Amino acid sequence: MHIKTQMKNAVFALLLLPILSFANTEVHLDKAPIDASNHASLQRGARTFINNCLNCHSASYMRYNRLQDIGLTEKQIKENLLFTADKVGDPMTAAISKNDAKKWFGVAPPDLSVEVRARGADWVYTYMRSFYRDSTRPSGWNNLVFDKSAMPHVLYELQGEQALDHETHTLNLVKPGKMSAEEYDVFVGDLTNFMAYMAEPAKQQRNHLGWFVLLFLGVLLILTIKLKKAYWKDIH
Amino acid sequence: MSFLTKKADELLGWVDARFPLTSNVKAHLTEYYAPKNFNFWYFFGSLALLVLVLQIVTGIFLTMHYKPEALMAFASVEYIMRDVPWGWLIRYMHSTGASLFFVVIYLHMFRGLLYGSYRNPRELIWLFGVGIFLALMGEAFFGYLLPWGQMSYWGAQVITSLFGTVPFIGPDIAEWLRGDYLTSDATLNRFFAFHVIALPLVIIGLVAAHIIALHEVGSNNPDGVEIKAVKNKTTGIPLDGIPFHPYYSVKDLVGVVVFLMVFSAIIFFAPEMGGYFLEANNFVPANPLVTPAHIAPTWYFTPYYSILRAVPPIGISQFPGVAAMGLSVMVFALLPWLDRSPVKSIRYKGNLYKGWLAAFVVSFLVLGYLGTVPANVWGQFGAWMGKADIATVVARIFSAVYFLFFILMPWYSKKDKTKPVPTRVTG
Repeated sequence: MHIKTQMKNAVFALLLLPILSFANTEVHLDKAPIDASNHASLQRGARTFINNCLNCHSASYMRYNRLQDIGLTEKQIKENLLFTADKVGDPMTAAISKNDAKKWFGVAPPDLSVEVRARGADWVYTYMRSFYRDSTRPSGWNNLVFDKSAMPHVLYELQGEQALDHETHTLNLVKPGKMSAEEYDVFVGDLTNFMAYMAEPAKQQRNHLGWFVLLFLGVLLILTIKLKKAYWKDIH
Repeated sequence: MSFLTKKADELLGWVDARFPLTSNVKAHLTEYYAPKNFNFWYFFGSLALLVLVLQIVTGIFLTMHYKPEALMAFASVEYIMRDVPWGWLIRYMHSTGASLFFVVIYLHMFRGLLYGSYRNPRELIWLFGVGIFLALMGEAFFGYLLPWGQMSYWGAQVITSLFGTVPFIGPDIAEWLRGDYLTSDATLNRFFAFHVIALPLVIIGLVAAHIIALHEVGSNNPDGVEIKAVKNKTTGIPLDGIPFHPYYSVKDLVGVVVFLMVFSAIIFFAPEMGGYFLEANNFVPANPLVTPAHIAPTWYFTPYYSILRAVPPIGISQFPGVAAMGLSVMVFALLPWLDRSPVKSIRYKGNLYKGWLAAFVVSFLVLGYLGTVPANVWGQFGAWMGKADIATVVARIFSAVYFLFFILMPWYSKKDKTKPVPTRVTG
């Protein structure tokens, strides 16, 4: 019985939900510098992703050897990037176990394989630059893009510490990090670029192939129009 | 006659003595006489057949790699997108094909509204068509659960919950449909069965019936005149008819290539179609504990979803909205008996029918748009309207127009000032 009443409430809530959504004000997102043809940027992003993100997050639909797409050799991948797996054909798993992560952060960090497709590159780019100090949070960090995010600011040594100005609702750098603001933007830009690539590795091939397909169909269109006209010339 | 053609003729004779091959090719292709004045709107029947074949073929290959299991479904789709050679292409063809199926079907149905293709003697063609439309909606709904993303999951949860609003037996029906208290692995497994075998069989059967009925009575045309009424006295061939093959097979080929260009442009350059064909939220694996902030069905269901939301509940029962949504889809079946106009085609109908059809199209599009956005999208009225959501009020008005188009049709189609219909097609 209990489950049934819960279900009933859930149904009504669902029917009302579209009315309630978008209730909170949307945060302005900065444009992420996405360039799938920039292999240097993608490689820097891959290094950042594997060295930092894979400690807690997985990207379990992405295999290490797929990084050959962005100009790395299998040997380079094995020697420099293969931290959380034994074989180069293995998927990118997280360094920590899901259960430990859940214990430490309250929620298991989500798999990041298709994060950019779910949230958008601009969201990821802005999120990674919007952490601020918040003593009311268990981790000591909060995020302007994702309020009460369970994730601490992993890259604070690089970016430094930001504080929230409650009146203007903007972030100010209160303690500089190892990088200047511009350097950090480029650093996160490369990371986002890599995550955008990883979300759909076939995208470049798809865009490239598309032109040939359309060209072929364009020629075929001319031929079919001529064929139709030839057959129909005596129909009035 | 060369040796080879003689042998081929012998083989054909052998087959024809055992199976009606030549007579069927004649009846449906080379001696099926179609009106010579088909226009743009007549491409969509053959295109619908093309998309059906594409969906079946790509579906077969997807089934080879997809896992209908709650813990593996999402991952298996990503496996198809990454590790299966050309898997991304097959998957995008299937996901884009689903949306374009509805584009093509809606244009095909609109053609029927323009030229009165549902009128005597084509009522059964229309009814089979409505059956295909309903089965296709089921097919799309069941298929949408399979990627097992957040939108898949909560979409299925909402739609199965709609059955829960039926008085008395509703909750039991919803549970029976899901096979569980919630959308779960059991639901995924049965939806997979419906999607890959049950509904495709129904659709193929209905499409066959649709075409057989069409070829029995012959095609309508933009003038809405019966070409069989004026025949060549010696041959018995309609004077305004031309053999489907080769005339319309080569003409439809042009339509096929144009369609494939649109299809390819989407697949290769915008497979998500700005979130309308593939939603961002569906790249998050299904999670029964986290409800997404904004649940909306895919674009092709949104006009009916708008109607569902627009109809106010009675007490706490949402059933009136659910019933209205069901009616808004089923009501198409009544068209052959609602239209009392002495003419079939819009070319000879008066401004009354044209006005109502325009109003219907506008309401369909507005309702379709409103179904994709939250009800507070246009803000609220002031206190004089009880601070009602503007979009909800607009959706109510257009829902009324939607139904009035059908309800008032016997009246306005009869009262309408029509023009005289020619005896022959006008080209």
